[in-house]
Amino acid sequence: MQIREIAKLLNAKVLCGEEHLDREVKSACGCDMMSDVLAFVKDQAVLITGLCNPQVVRTAMMMDMRCIVFVRGKNPPQEVIDLACSAGIVVLASDERMYTACGTLYVNGLAGGAEVHDRAC
Amino acid sequence: MTEHVNFHFEIDGENFTSAGEASVRIKKNLREMGFSPEIIRRVSVAMYEGEINMVIHANGGTADVDIYCDRIEIVLSDRGPGISNIELAMQEGYSTAPENVRSLGFGAGMGLPNMKRYTDDMKIESKVGEGTTISMTVWV
Repeated sequence: MQIREIAKLLNAKVLCGEEHLDREVKSACGCDMMSDVLAFVKDQAVLITGLCNPQVVRTAMMMDMRCIVFVRGKNPPQEVIDLACSAGIVVLASDERMYTACGTLYVNGLAGGAEVHDRAC
Repeated sequence: MTEHVNFHFEIDGENFTSAGEASVRIKKNLREMGFSPEIIRRVSVAMYEGEINMVIHANGGTADVDIYCDRIEIVLSDRGPGISNIELAMQEGYSTAPENVRSLGFGAGMGLPNMKRYTDDMKIESKVGEGTTISMTVWV
Protein backbone atom coordinates (compact mmCIF):
# COMPACT_ATOMS: atom_id res chain seq x y z
CA MET A 1 0.00 0.00 0.00
CA GLN A 2 1.26 3.46 -0.80
CA ILE A 3 1.42 5.98 2.03
CA ARG A 4 -0.82 8.17 -0.12
CA GLU A 5 -3.56 5.56 0.20
CA ILE A 6 -3.17 5.46 3.99
CA ALA A 7 -3.73 9.20 4.08
CA LYS A 8 -6.79 8.83 1.88
CA LEU A 9 -8.32 5.94 3.85
CA LEU A 10 -7.88 7.77 7.16
CA ASN A 11 -8.83 11.17 5.76
CA ALA A 12 -5.52 12.34 7.18
CA LYS A 13 -3.62 15.57 6.79
CA VAL A 14 -0.05 15.29 5.53
CA LEU A 15 2.08 17.25 8.01
CA CYS A 16 5.41 16.45 6.40
CA GLY A 17 6.96 14.18 3.80
CA GLU A 18 4.63 15.01 0.93
CA GLU A 19 7.41 13.99 -1.45
CA HIS A 20 7.44 10.45 -0.02
CA LEU A 21 3.73 9.63 -0.40
CA ASP A 22 4.41 7.16 -3.21
CA ARG A 23 6.47 4.94 -0.93
CA GLU A 24 5.18 1.38 -0.57
CA VAL A 25 4.64 -0.02 2.92
CA LYS A 26 3.62 -3.56 3.76
CA SER A 27 2.73 -3.57 7.45
CA ALA A 28 1.94 -1.37 10.41
CA CYS A 29 1.59 -1.37 14.17
CA GLY A 30 -0.65 0.64 16.45
CA CYS A 31 0.78 1.45 19.85
CA ASP A 32 1.13 4.18 22.46
CA MET A 33 3.90 2.44 24.42
CA MET A 34 7.17 3.09 22.65
CA SER A 35 9.03 0.34 24.52
CA ASP A 36 6.51 -2.14 23.11
CA VAL A 37 7.21 -0.80 19.64
CA LEU A 38 10.91 -1.30 20.27
CA ALA A 39 10.30 -4.81 21.58
CA PHE A 40 7.84 -6.24 19.11
CA VAL A 41 8.14 -4.44 15.81
CA LYS A 42 10.13 -6.18 13.12
CA ASP A 43 9.53 -4.79 9.67
CA GLN A 44 6.49 -2.63 10.22
CA ALA A 45 6.96 0.59 8.34
CA VAL A 46 4.01 2.52 9.74
CA LEU A 47 3.48 3.54 13.37
CA ILE A 48 -0.05 4.49 14.36
CA THR A 49 -0.15 6.28 17.71
CA GLY A 50 -1.91 8.88 19.78
CA LEU A 51 1.27 9.88 21.57
CA CYS A 52 2.75 13.21 20.49
CA ASN A 53 6.31 13.71 21.70
CA PRO A 54 9.75 13.57 20.04
CA GLN A 55 10.35 10.06 21.38
CA VAL A 56 7.68 8.77 19.00
CA VAL A 57 9.82 9.99 16.11
CA ARG A 58 13.06 8.67 17.63
CA THR A 59 11.40 5.28 18.18
CA ALA A 60 10.30 5.27 14.55
CA MET A 61 13.83 6.22 13.51
CA MET A 62 15.30 3.36 15.56
CA MET A 63 12.97 0.90 13.88
CA ASP A 64 13.52 2.31 10.35
CA MET A 65 9.84 3.18 10.00
CA ARG A 66 8.68 5.31 7.10
CA CYS A 67 5.46 6.84 8.30
CA ILE A 68 3.85 7.96 11.56
CA VAL A 69 0.09 8.38 11.79
CA PHE A 70 -1.12 10.47 14.72
CA VAL A 71 -4.70 9.49 15.51
CA ARG A 72 -7.49 10.82 17.74
CA GLY A 73 -7.16 14.29 16.26
CA LYS A 74 -3.79 14.87 17.90
CA ASN A 75 -1.72 17.73 16.58
CA PRO A 76 1.96 17.04 17.16
CA PRO A 77 4.13 20.01 18.17
CA GLN A 78 6.23 21.58 15.42
CA GLU A 79 9.44 20.16 16.94
CA VAL A 80 8.02 16.66 16.45
CA ILE A 81 7.13 17.38 12.84
CA ASP A 82 10.54 18.94 12.19
CA LEU A 83 12.34 15.94 13.69
CA ALA A 84 10.37 13.54 11.51
CA CYS A 85 10.94 15.71 8.47
CA SER A 86 14.69 15.70 9.07
CA ALA A 87 14.59 11.90 9.22
CA GLY A 88 12.58 11.56 6.02
CA ILE A 89 9.56 10.14 7.84
CA VAL A 90 6.09 10.98 6.55
CA VAL A 91 3.78 12.39 9.25
CA LEU A 92 0.02 12.05 8.91
CA ALA A 93 -2.68 13.27 11.31
CA SER A 94 -6.14 11.75 11.41
CA ASP A 95 -9.24 12.33 13.54
CA GLU A 96 -9.91 8.58 13.61
CA ARG A 97 -9.58 6.64 16.86
CA MET A 98 -6.75 4.13 17.10
CA TYR A 99 -9.04 1.11 16.81
CA THR A 100 -10.84 2.46 13.76
CA ALA A 101 -7.64 3.57 12.06
CA CYS A 102 -5.97 0.18 12.55
CA GLY A 103 -9.10 -1.67 11.45
CA THR A 104 -9.55 0.45 8.35
CA LEU A 105 -5.96 -0.10 7.22
CA TYR A 106 -6.06 -3.80 8.06
CA VAL A 107 -9.21 -4.58 6.05
CA ASN A 108 -7.73 -2.66 3.14
CA GLY A 109 -4.70 -4.91 3.05
CA LEU A 110 -2.09 -3.40 5.35
CA ALA A 111 -0.90 -6.27 7.51
CA GLY A 112 0.04 -6.31 11.18
CA GLY A 113 2.80 -8.84 11.53
CA ALA A 114 4.16 -7.98 14.99
CA GLU A 115 6.19 -10.82 16.38
CA VAL A 116 6.78 -11.90 19.93
CA HIS A 117 10.05 -13.71 20.23
CA ASP A 118 13.32 -13.69 22.10
CA ARG A 119 15.10 -11.44 19.69
CA ALA A 120 13.10 -8.91 17.76
CA CYS A 121 15.38 -8.72 14.76
CA MET B 1 38.13 -1.65 9.77
CA THR B 2 41.38 -2.25 11.59
CA GLU B 3 41.27 0.35 14.30
CA HIS B 4 39.16 0.63 17.39
CA VAL B 5 36.83 3.64 17.35
CA ASN B 6 35.23 5.21 20.42
CA PHE B 7 32.23 7.51 20.60
CA HIS B 8 31.56 9.22 23.91
CA PHE B 9 28.34 11.01 24.87
CA GLU B 10 27.16 12.97 27.87
CA ILE B 11 23.48 12.19 28.42
CA ASP B 12 21.49 15.19 29.65
CA GLY B 13 19.23 14.06 32.46
CA GLU B 14 17.21 17.23 32.58
CA ASN B 15 15.66 17.01 29.17
CA PHE B 16 13.38 14.15 28.14
CA THR B 17 12.86 15.83 24.78
CA SER B 18 16.49 15.36 23.78
CA ALA B 19 16.75 11.79 25.11
CA GLY B 20 17.81 9.50 22.32
CA GLU B 21 19.95 11.99 20.42
CA ALA B 22 23.11 9.97 21.14
CA SER B 23 21.46 6.82 19.82
CA VAL B 24 20.41 8.60 16.64
CA ARG B 25 24.00 9.79 16.27
CA ILE B 26 25.37 6.25 16.74
CA LYS B 27 22.89 4.88 14.27
CA LYS B 28 24.12 7.40 11.69
CA ASN B 29 27.78 6.65 12.47
CA LEU B 30 27.29 2.88 12.14
CA ARG B 31 25.46 3.37 8.86
CA GLU B 32 28.33 5.46 7.53
CA MET B 33 30.76 2.78 8.67
CA GLY B 34 28.90 0.19 6.62
CA PHE B 35 27.41 -2.08 9.28
CA SER B 36 24.37 -4.17 8.35
CA PRO B 37 20.89 -2.79 9.09
CA GLU B 38 20.28 -5.57 11.62
CA ILE B 39 23.43 -4.79 13.62
CA ILE B 40 22.68 -1.06 13.45
CA ARG B 41 19.16 -1.57 14.72
CA ARG B 42 20.22 -3.84 17.59
CA VAL B 43 22.91 -1.45 18.81
CA SER B 44 20.84 1.70 18.45
CA VAL B 45 17.70 0.28 20.10
CA ALA B 46 19.67 -1.11 23.07
CA MET B 47 21.43 2.21 23.49
CA TYR B 48 18.21 4.17 23.08
CA GLU B 49 16.49 2.23 25.84
CA GLY B 50 19.54 2.84 28.01
CA GLU B 51 19.47 6.55 27.30
CA ILE B 52 15.80 6.75 28.17
CA ASN B 53 16.44 4.84 31.40
CA MET B 54 19.25 7.21 32.40
CA VAL B 55 17.03 10.23 31.84
CA ILE B 56 14.04 8.73 33.66
CA HIS B 57 15.84 7.22 36.63
CA ALA B 58 19.32 8.64 37.02
CA ASN B 59 19.42 12.28 35.95
CA GLY B 60 21.60 11.43 32.98
CA GLY B 61 25.02 9.87 32.69
CA THR B 62 27.54 8.88 30.04
CA ALA B 63 27.48 6.53 27.08
CA ASP B 64 30.52 5.03 25.42
CA VAL B 65 30.32 3.03 22.24
CA ASP B 66 33.46 1.17 21.25
CA ILE B 67 33.56 -0.27 17.78
CA TYR B 68 35.93 -3.12 16.96
CA CYS B 69 36.17 -5.18 13.82
CA ASP B 70 34.31 -8.10 15.42
CA ARG B 71 32.04 -6.45 18.00
CA ILE B 72 30.41 -3.28 19.26
CA GLU B 73 30.50 -2.56 22.98
CA ILE B 74 28.15 -0.11 24.68
CA VAL B 75 28.81 1.08 28.23
CA LEU B 76 26.22 3.24 29.96
CA SER B 77 27.13 4.73 33.35
CA ASP B 78 25.16 6.86 35.74
CA ARG B 79 25.31 8.11 39.29
CA GLY B 80 21.64 7.56 39.92
CA PRO B 81 19.91 5.74 42.77
CA GLY B 82 21.07 2.29 41.64
CA ILE B 83 19.02 -0.88 41.19
CA SER B 84 18.27 -2.73 44.41
CA ASN B 85 17.02 -5.94 42.81
CA ILE B 86 18.48 -6.53 39.35
CA GLU B 87 16.66 -9.83 38.83
CA LEU B 88 13.34 -8.12 39.46
CA ALA B 89 14.26 -5.15 37.27
CA MET B 90 14.98 -7.54 34.39
CA GLN B 91 11.45 -8.93 34.44
CA GLU B 92 9.26 -7.68 31.59
CA GLY B 93 6.55 -5.43 32.98
CA TYR B 94 8.32 -4.49 36.20
CA SER B 95 8.93 -0.76 36.45
CA THR B 96 9.63 1.86 39.08
CA ALA B 97 9.07 4.71 36.64
CA PRO B 98 6.62 7.40 37.76
CA GLU B 99 3.21 7.64 36.13
CA ASN B 100 4.10 10.73 34.11
CA VAL B 101 6.78 8.73 32.29
CA ARG B 102 4.15 6.21 31.19
CA SER B 103 2.18 9.01 29.63
CA LEU B 104 5.27 9.71 27.52
CA GLY B 105 5.30 6.16 26.16
CA PHE B 106 7.89 4.56 28.42
CA GLY B 107 7.99 3.06 31.90
CA ALA B 108 6.26 -0.16 30.87
CA GLY B 109 9.01 -2.31 32.30
CA MET B 110 10.44 -3.18 28.90
CA GLY B 111 13.64 -1.13 28.89
CA LEU B 112 16.15 -3.52 30.45
CA PRO B 113 14.54 -6.62 28.85
CA ASN B 114 14.74 -4.88 25.47
CA MET B 115 18.41 -4.09 26.02
CA LYS B 116 19.05 -7.76 26.76
CA ARG B 117 16.89 -8.87 23.84
CA TYR B 118 18.84 -6.84 21.31
CA THR B 119 22.37 -7.59 22.51
CA ASP B 120 24.46 -10.75 22.72
CA ASP B 121 25.77 -10.04 26.19
CA MET B 122 24.65 -7.67 28.92
CA LYS B 123 26.06 -7.04 32.38
CA ILE B 124 24.61 -4.80 35.04
CA GLU B 125 26.70 -3.51 37.91
CA SER B 126 24.79 -1.41 40.38
CA LYS B 127 25.11 -0.12 43.91
CA VAL B 128 22.20 1.51 45.65
CA GLY B 129 22.96 5.16 46.23
CA GLU B 130 26.01 5.13 43.96
CA GLY B 131 24.86 4.37 40.43
CA THR B 132 24.63 1.82 37.68
CA THR B 133 26.87 0.69 34.84
CA ILE B 134 25.44 -1.41 32.05
CA SER B 135 27.80 -3.05 29.58
CA MET B 136 26.45 -4.60 26.40
CA THR B 137 28.10 -6.36 23.48
CA VAL B 138 26.81 -6.98 19.99
CA TRP B 139 28.94 -9.33 17.92
CA VAL B 140 29.29 -8.30 14.32
